[in-house]
This record gives sequence, C-alpha cells and structure tokens, in this order.
Amino acid sequence: MLAYVLKRSLSLFATLAVATAVVFVVLEVLPGDPAALMLGVEAREDTIAALHRQLGLDQPALSRYFTWLAGMITGDLGTSYTYSVPVSELVGERLAVTLPLALMALLLSVVIAFPVAVVAARNRGRAADTSIMALTQVGIAVPNFWFAILLVYVFAVALRLVPSGGFPGWSAGAGAAFQALILPAVALALPQASILARVLRSALVDTLHEDYIRTARAKGLTRHAALWRHAVRNALIPVLTILGLQFSFLIAGTIIIENVFYLPGIGRLVFQAITQRDLIVVKSVVVLLVASVVIVTFLVDIAYAAVDPRLRRR
Amino acid sequence: MAAITPASVARAMRENRSFAVGAAITALVLLAAILSLVWTPYPIDQLSVADKLKGPSADHLLGTDHYGRDILSMLMIGARTSIAVALVAVGIGIVIGVPLGLLGAARGGWIDEGIMRFNDLVFAFPALLSAVMITAIFGPGAVNAIVAIGIFNIPVFARVARGGALAYKSREFVMAAQVAGKGRVRIIAEHILPNIANLLIVQGTIQFSLGILAEAGLSYVGLGAQPPVATWGRMLNEAQTMMAFAPQLALYPGLAIVATVMGLNLLGDGLRDILDPKLKRRVG
Repeated sequence: MLAYVLKRSLSLFATLAVATAVVFVVLEVLPGDPAALMLGVEAREDTIAALHRQLGLDQPALSRYFTWLAGMITGDLGTSYTYSVPVSELVGERLAVTLPLALMALLLSVVIAFPVAVVAARNRGRAADTSIMALTQVGIAVPNFWFAILLVYVFAVALRLVPSGGFPGWSAGAGAAFQALILPAVALALPQASILARVLRSALVDTLHEDYIRTARAKGLTRHAALWRHAVRNALIPVLTILGLQFSFLIAGTIIIENVFYLPGIGRLVFQAITQRDLIVVKSVVVLLVASVVIVTFLVDIAYAAVDPRLRRR
Repeated sequence: MAAITPASVARAMRENRSFAVGAAITALVLLAAILSLVWTPYPIDQLSVADKLKGPSADHLLGTDHYGRDILSMLMIGARTSIAVALVAVGIGIVIGVPLGLLGAARGGWIDEGIMRFNDLVFAFPALLSAVMITAIFGPGAVNAIVAIGIFNIPVFARVARGGALAYKSREFVMAAQVAGKGRVRIIAEHILPNIANLLIVQGTIQFSLGILAEAGLSYVGLGAQPPVATWGRMLNEAQTMMAFAPQLALYPGLAIVATVMGLNLLGDGLRDILDPKLKRRVG
C-alpha cells in the first residue's frame, strides 16, 4: 500500500507541476504582454510599462513561473490588480461561500441517491424501479442552472419562503446563511443525485446476485438486512469512483449556480475578474480549482486502493 | 459481438423503444436547427418593442420576448448554436482522441504511459475552466466554447479507443492479419476501427448530449456565442431578470435543453443495446 501511495503521490506532483505550467503559459505567455491586455487598448504607454514592472514581467518567463509556484506554496497568490488586496485574502473570503455550498450539494446528493437507489434495486423491473429510473433520466438532462431558476421562481418569487439570491454573510448567523445556500445546493444536487442513484442501483443489482448475499440470506438475514449490511457496503466502491469523477462537474456547477443566485463565491470572483481583465485573480482561481480536481482524483484513487487491494498493482 | 445484418438492425430498432423515442426527438431538434439556416418564422435581429412580451398566438406560436423577438425563431437558432458547438466539440475529441488512444494501444510502453498521463492532465481542466482562461485572453465567443468542450472530449475518446483496441489486439483475426504481413496502420484501419466503431458511436452520442449541457451553461454565464446569435443559455439568463412578470420566458429554452439532452441520452442507450447485444442483459 505504501509503495502505491508513494508512486501515486509522485504522479500527483507531476500532474500538478504540468497543470500549473499549462495555466501559466496560457495566461502569461500566450497573450504576449499581459500588462497591455489587462489595461486594454486605450491605456497609455507609461501606465503599461509601470504595470509591466509591477507584475515582474521584465523577468524571464521561467523564473516568473518558479516565483509564482514558490509564492503559491507559501500561500502568496500575488495582489489583485483591480481590488489592490492580496488574492489569497479574496479567495479565502469567497471560499467561505463556495466550499460550504459544494459540500452541502455533495451531502444532499448522497442523502437523496442512497434511499432512491435502494428502493429501485429492491423493486427491480417493477413500477417503482422504472419510474425512479425515468426520473433520474430527467434529472441528468436538466441543466442545474435552469433547475435553479425554476426553484427561485417557485420558492422565492411565488412562495416567498427564501431569498431569491445574495448572501448575508456568515456573520449574519448560520440560519440566514443556510437559507441563502439551500436552493443553490438543491439545484446542484439534482443531477449529481440522479447519476449517483443510477450507478448505485446497477451496482446494487449486480451485488444482489453475488454468492455472499445468498449466504447471508441462508444465514437467516432478512432481505432488508442483507441489502443494507452487505450489498450497500460493496456498492460503495463504484459510488466513490463516481463522486470523484463528478467532482469537476460539481466545481463547474457551483461556479455557474453562484451566478444564478448572486452568491459572492469563487465563481462570481472569477467572472468579475474576467470582465475586469484581472489576470492575476483568474490565474490563481483557475489553478486552485484545477489543483482541487487533481487532488480529489488522487484521494479517490488512494481510498479505492485501500478498499480494494487488487488495484494497488496498477 | 454477434453478426449484424441490416435486417437484424432494423428489427432491433423497431423493438428498442429508447432508440425510437431518442431518434425521433433528436431528428426533430436537428430538423429545427437545419431549417433555421434557411427559414425561421421571424427574423430575430429585428427588435419590435410594440410586440414585446406577447403571449402565445397564431402569429407567434410561443409568444415574444422583451425585445419583441419571436421565441420560436430564437429557439430554432438556439438549437443550431447548441448543436453546432457540441458537434464540432465531439469532432475535435474524435479526430485527436481516437488516434491518440489507438497509438497508445498499438505501441504500449512509455508512449502509452505518456498518453495516459496526458489524459489525466486534461481531465483536470473542466470545460468551464478552459473557457474561463480562453475568454480572459481572447474575449467571449462561440469558438471558446467549442475549444473548451472539445479539449475535454479528447481524453474521453482516447480512453474509449485505447480500451477497445486493447481488447481486440490479441484476437485471432488481428494476429492472423499480422502473420499475413499487414502493416500496423492497415490492421488498425481494417480490423480494429470497424470493431470499435460502435463503442465510439455510443460515446459520441453521450459526449454530444454532455456538450449540449456544457454549451448551455457556458452561454448562460456569457462565455459562449455572443449576441445577436441566439443561445438557449443566454435566453435563460435574460429570462431570469424578468421572472416576476414573464416567467414563461424561462420555460421554453429550458424545456428545449432537457428534451434535446434526453433525446440524445435515450438514443445513446438504445444504440448501445442495438450495437452490443451482449450488454443488453446486464442493462435490463
């Protein structure tokens, strides 16, 4: 196991190094002069030259890349051009919205998917199964931002139960913050839960035919107990894989959903940064999100290997 | 895989409800998109404030939006945008990804390892993040969406092609071809590709539907095709601001997306059952 973790860690760091290099090349080398790009066509020569120096663009690209990497490792992401505050501060504030939202969505999708999949698997081929599968088919096809808009219409515009958008901040109390995050989390969770329920159902259907389930039943366990104690536990492996694979969709979804609800999270930050051509912020946010995808994939692989020793040999 | 004859395919298509429904929906959307190239009920670049926010009528089947544009016409052009973006993105994935996957499977060793690591790297860049980077530099546009979604499709097709090719690599007919002295490229073209074509078709349908969803998301946040080109995503974005007095505007584009994506998913499921009869029992 240790050898596997070491080998996998090496490739994690290699992927991170290349991924950061890709972001660096796209955002700092491709545009020619990022300072000119950030200031726009009407900028004066001397303003551009000043920003050029401030950004350290007179240094060679390779040394800038390593300075940037070293900065990130120590938590220094540079200073936002438009906000004139450290990017790490901006990102930290925004993460306080994005992270809880993503986690709520993840939790909700698991909480919804499990019972739904168990009911479907137990009634395989019957009406309950077919209708659940049809529903998940719809759930996968519904864009989460459209579902979000519909939720806003029903719960905020028509019923006036929750605010239609905005975020009061955690200082306003957990209750108010939770109210602001519940609709976005539900919208994000719908497609995730649908995919999860489908995967979990077919995994359960597969395991229900395994010999150990029959043995468990022969031992006198009820159908219900055998299902929950043995089948669900074994079906967890594919679920873990799907959660890992879906993580990048969850990130993308969160960024888009924040725009539906005007939530001041990472997603809003990056879109504001694009409009203001604040490449420093764009660069940091993109790297942060890419790194999180790479790291989650890594963790899922490790967890997977811990559960199933056969996978360590790869 | 069992022998496929035109008659067996025709029968499977008749018997497969997923395929029939999916193909019908997909054909309808495709037709609307193609028709929009030559005709829409109204031109959408003409604003007519006098006709704004009309309900459905004989003149405007689905009513008009806040600029008095005909919703049905906008939906048709939106279909065209969506399909064009998703289709080209699938094309990018196939044209680059499939040769990469085949190369990895054929050569093995460090080439294969390198291609797999490249796949892992690309998977770390969801289409949205690629689009964010491209837009930050080049400004928004439909091409960004195509490139961003297309890049993400490359490793998907590389994996499918590689996996399929590896499965056939050690089969008798491939070895027989090797013994007969056929070159690598000829073996791939004559023996491997025809056998993995159905895997690629099914995956292509799945990526097509994911591409439609991704395009909708990107154009919703303003990273896709720009006005005056209509997109389903931007129609939803604009509708959101008018929800208090014109909620119907948020309905049609969303339904169009759901119908198209469901149609493609059903088509993909159906195709998988038809093209790979062995899978049928496991799925059912």
